[in-house]
Amino acid sequence: MKIVTCIKQVPEKDTRFELNTEDSWIKEQDLTYEINECDEYALEEALRLKEKHGGEVVLLSVGSDLAERALRRGLALGADRAILIVAPREEISDPLMVARALRAQAQVEQPDLILTGVRSDDHAFAQTGTMLAELLHWPHATIVMKVETDEVGKTLKVQRELEAGLLEEVALALPALLTIQQGINQVRYASLKGIMTAKKKELRRVDWISLGLSGGKKIQIERIGFPKSEKKFEIIGGSPEHAAAVLVEKMKKEMKIL
Amino acid sequence: MSDLILLLAEHGGGRVRLPTWECLGFAQGLASQLKKHVVTVVLGKDIDSICAEIAAGQQQSVWKVSAPELESYNPDYFSAALGQIVQQARPYAFVFSHTYRTIDFAPKLAAALDIGFISDVIRCRVEDGRLLFLKSAFHDKLTAELSFCVGPPYLVSIQIGSFPADAAQRGGNAPVEDKFVDLSAVPNRRKMLQIVQALKNQVDLSKAEIIVAVGRGIGKRENLKIAEELAAVLGAEIGASRPLVDMEWLPRDRQIGSSGQTVAPRVYFAVGVSGAIQHIVGMKNAAFVVAINKDPNAPIFKIANYGIVGDLLEVVPALTEAVKQQRAQSA
Ligand SMILES: Cc1cc2nc3c(=O)[nH]c(=O)nc-3n(C[C@H](O)[C@H](O)[C@H](O)COP(=O)(O)OP(=O)(O)OC[C@H]3O[C@@H](n4cnc5c(N)ncnc54)[C@H](O)[C@@H]3O)c2cc1C
Ligand SMILES: Nc1ncnc2c1ncn2[C@@H]1O[C@H](COP(=O)(O)O)[C@@H](O)[C@H]1O
Repeated sequence: MKIVTCIKQVPEKDTRFELNTEDSWIKEQDLTYEINECDEYALEEALRLKEKHGGEVVLLSVGSDLAERALRRGLALGADRAILIVAPREEISDPLMVARALRAQAQVEQPDLILTGVRSDDHAFAQTGTMLAELLHWPHATIVMKVETDEVGKTLKVQRELEAGLLEEVALALPALLTIQQGINQVRYASLKGIMTAKKKELRRVDWISLGLSGGKKIQIERIGFPKSEKKFEIIGGSPEHAAAVLVEKMKKEMKIL
Repeated sequence: MSDLILLLAEHGGGRVRLPTWECLGFAQGLASQLKKHVVTVVLGKDIDSICAEIAAGQQQSVWKVSAPELESYNPDYFSAALGQIVQQARPYAFVFSHTYRTIDFAPKLAAALDIGFISDVIRCRVEDGRLLFLKSAFHDKLTAELSFCVGPPYLVSIQIGSFPADAAQRGGNAPVEDKFVDLSAVPNRRKMLQIVQALKNQVDLSKAEIIVAVGRGIGKRENLKIAEELAAVLGAEIGASRPLVDMEWLPRDRQIGSSGQTVAPRVYFAVGVSGAIQHIVGMKNAAFVVAINKDPNAPIFKIANYGIVGDLLEVVPALTEAVKQQRAQSA
């Protein structure tokens, strides 16, 4: 089974963000990056499917040169090779543009299955995977929490998360696209051997312009900012012991739980 | 292009779902600003009672799109049906509630129509006749304001709970109009097999008076015990954000949020929880929220009554100790 896994590189979750001078994006200098959270789960799922059916796991990412880091990490975890479409940021803050770029490479690779995450941690559109499926005229399922394949790897039975703790079980034939939800599996750690061999694995760069994408972007980010607090809250300062003592008073007098 | 703002009704079990009314309030607000008209679209089979419920609830019209293929949800049929509606009506905008179902079909619809889709919107404003939509980004730590580069039609989904359902003007008797779609040529490539219950909840957190909820900030599995100690002295239940459950540090029935339990305790301690919207929707009805987080900009502070900015590994044990002392004094 040939599987393409789309991974996006995003700033680490604990990052304290600053805005650039135009408030159009974050200051990117000196940030540390990681693989988008649900994409890690998607990659793990791909690796497990390869272990069952054989085949190949190809990583695909659209981003700046820096995204090579995330791809190397994915290779260290066990992916076979990687493709980085190097693109200007303004072009790829529209999920349809990203989906078009991904389609161009998917058409070259012709995989049986494409896995993406449900949602990126930076833009949080929850659109790209489903758009890619439509552009390829493939069936898809979103927010997937379980993937089962038949013996020959031709059909899929998957469970999709619904609200209120329910799951919907659906069947699809390959080729298909799934958007993977965090928590579907337990993600492995990269082994030392994995990290060593990752350096030698193929990482191919593709230039944005060479894709010759038509259509233009449909949406754009005008500015970013910090959310405004709707509610006034009180910060309790001082040493941990002092803060704890103040809070205990509140718990007694105001919250009335002591 | 017409001057219609369409919105999709979500229904299930013969009832209109609450997010539909939020969508209606949002669409009505936008329509009155831009001098447009609102029409609610209902997809399904045997949906007369749904249409009637909506017709009684709003002034403008309801479009009934009934077809055998639409009896249960399927993205191929939903997207095709809505695509045909958009082609026929050329609406100014089509508004959805950002539900799990919308995530499944709306991006497909946008790609099929080759138009833009701004998802999970929390606010909208009009500036010089241009629409600007605010959404959360970067784990809800930042917001992003977006606009359409082309269109109409504009596709928009709004975050659940961001627009009040009671803002929708109710009362009236809207005409229900039949709209026809032809889905006979659409292949059904995804077969629904069954709906299953993920897990029967062993613990019911909805009745808990006090909850100590632990997030990824706890760092290591071994550190869970400091939260458990605080919970023990307070007689509180332990809750968790999703990542802790995903990592199997705590069982699934401890998860609070959109895909977990919904709780409304007297006091909710959020310990190393960043406060992503999927978490907040599960606990925002707590009477008091106390947040302990090392990041002063963590979104959880937006809904907290009291916040301690610091390392939870120091703050939580100090709090446990202070509660113990207090108990000893009053005993
Ligand atoms: C469809 C969908 C459904 C979802 N459903 C849910 C759901 O039901 N429930 C849910 O919770 N999430 C859900 N999520 C995930 C959600 O979006 C967030 O990713 C998640 O809530 C974040 O969990 P967290 O706050 O524990 O982790 P993080 O976002 O990683 O936050 C950790 C926090 O701990 C703080 N911290 C770190 N170290 C320390 C320290 N030493 N002392 C003090 N503070 C520290 C950090 O500043 C940070 O604010 C869902 C996501 C999707 C896409
Ligand atoms: N620039 C990108 N490169 C590779 N994959 C991406 C990119 N943007 C989005 N994706 C994939 O699409 C998913 C959903 O992203 P989004 O629509 O931005 O929420 C992510 O989890 C990724 O798997």
